[in-house]
Amino acid sequence: MRNYEVTFIVDPVLSGDEIKATAQTYVDHLNEIGAEVVDLDEMGLRQLAFPIQKRTSGVYYSLEFRIEDGSFIPKMELAFKRDERIIRYLTVRLDKYAIKFNEDRRNGLIGKDRKKKEQEEIKPKVVASAVPVSKKAKEEEE
Amino acid sequence: MASRDDIKFLSNPKIGKKQKKFCRFKKYGIKHVDYKDPEFLKSFVNEQGKILPRRITGNSLKFQRKVSVSVKRARHLALLPFVTDLFK
Repeated sequence: MRNYEVTFIVDPVLSGDEIKATAQTYVDHLNEIGAEVVDLDEMGLRQLAFPIQKRTSGVYYSLEFRIEDGSFIPKMELAFKRDERIIRYLTVRLDKYAIKFNEDRRNGLIGKDRKKKEQEEIKPKVVASAVPVSKKAKEEEE
Repeated sequence: MASRDDIKFLSNPKIGKKQKKFCRFKKYGIKHVDYKDPEFLKSFVNEQGKILPRRITGNSLKFQRKVSVSVKRARHLALLPFVTDLFK
């Protein structure tokens, strides 16, 4: 199994539903093929650093998935090329550090959410300590 | 008259001492450079959007390579410009 990540930019001229549908078609396609979609991250509308196809902004999506081998990738890239709704894409194979990084980011351990998450974790810890006791009690009953 | 002790601090003693550069990835244990984070990658390019050399950033070779690959990926996705002026 290999992890891949494809980041693509969707044309912002489309309506909100159409943009979501575009991303969803690729997710569905991957599910059909038998790949495991790990995460679909909508990075939102961003200003492009330079114009592409006369567009100055785009909606960024990042799609992470696991698949048995890479033979599907050229087919997917061809579909991206033919799709007029997509202005640019980039497929990257993830190494173990990147997988860890993406996982941490999803759990809010990296970046802006980090401090919030830490504060939240301090409070539940008190509650969490109570859980193992109840588990032990259950085991004793059994 | 100024005594010997006063004269000692007429010039800043820190001037002339070079601060040793360090690789921030090694120091803070960052293992992965994300190409989707242009704000972070901005710290490794100059005002024209060129990648800064290792002798200025102080990165180790291993991470300088990763930084340069990430910057190039970010450029492809229009997160960073290829050429500009007065960037930053």
